[in-house]
Amino acid sequence: MTTDEIIKLLPYKKPFLFVDQLDHVDENGAQGVYQIKEDEYFFEGHFPSKPVTPGVIVTEIMAQIGLVCLGIYLKSQQESDPNTPILPVFSSANVEYLAPVLPGDTLEVKSEKVYFRFNKLKCRIRCFNRHSGKEVCRGEFSGMVINENEFGSN
Amino acid sequence: MEKEAIRNELKDIIDPYVMEKELLGNLSDTMELINDLKINSANIVDIVLDIEEKYDIMIDDNSINQMNTVGEAIGVIEAKIAEK
Repeated sequence: MTTDEIIKLLPYKKPFLFVDQLDHVDENGAQGVYQIKEDEYFFEGHFPSKPVTPGVIVTEIMAQIGLVCLGIYLKSQQESDPNTPILPVFSSANVEYLAPVLPGDTLEVKSEKVYFRFNKLKCRIRCFNRHSGKEVCRGEFSGMVINENEFGSN
Repeated sequence: MEKEAIRNELKDIIDPYVMEKELLGNLSDTMELINDLKINSANIVDIVLDIEEKYDIMIDDNSINQMNTVGEAIGVIEAKIAEK
């Protein structure tokens, strides 16, 4: 499955799609980029006089690139029809924030698979500011990757 | 291996995933991991991986679906050890 095909299968839409570019995916990890736009909806309130990207959004960017894109790739390898719609279910994140993320910043996300078993994907994910090279966030993320038609059956 | 020994080891394995520690005090075979012990369903996978490592066994999709209660989990562990 190509990176373009993975992006097409992402279930998110604007203003909650946080993957601009997926540079690489293989069975051990994923790498991609998202640029924080100047007019992101959350800057209206966070904060009105000083726009800073909320930590939960940085976490979401890391999850979409590092966990969900990789999850779609890994799940597609097990499916008879690789285009089966996938629903990602975030189950845990243990993260630390190291530096603020401002409007216009480009974030580079790199994930490393810890395991993928029983449809659960656990990764170590690091996020860097492309311009400064500084690490802005890192942590351990887990989620379930399920077929859309399996959702709610448990 | 004694069932009782496995129960005690299983208790140690699930401990990090049980928030209400008093539930571990009177662990019974009929207790459901998710509904009674309030374990996050996604963490059942971590528990199974810990069980695999502890007993050097492989647990398949079919077996994980049978591990709803403490007793069922012990049963799967016993069966997989016996298969070794």
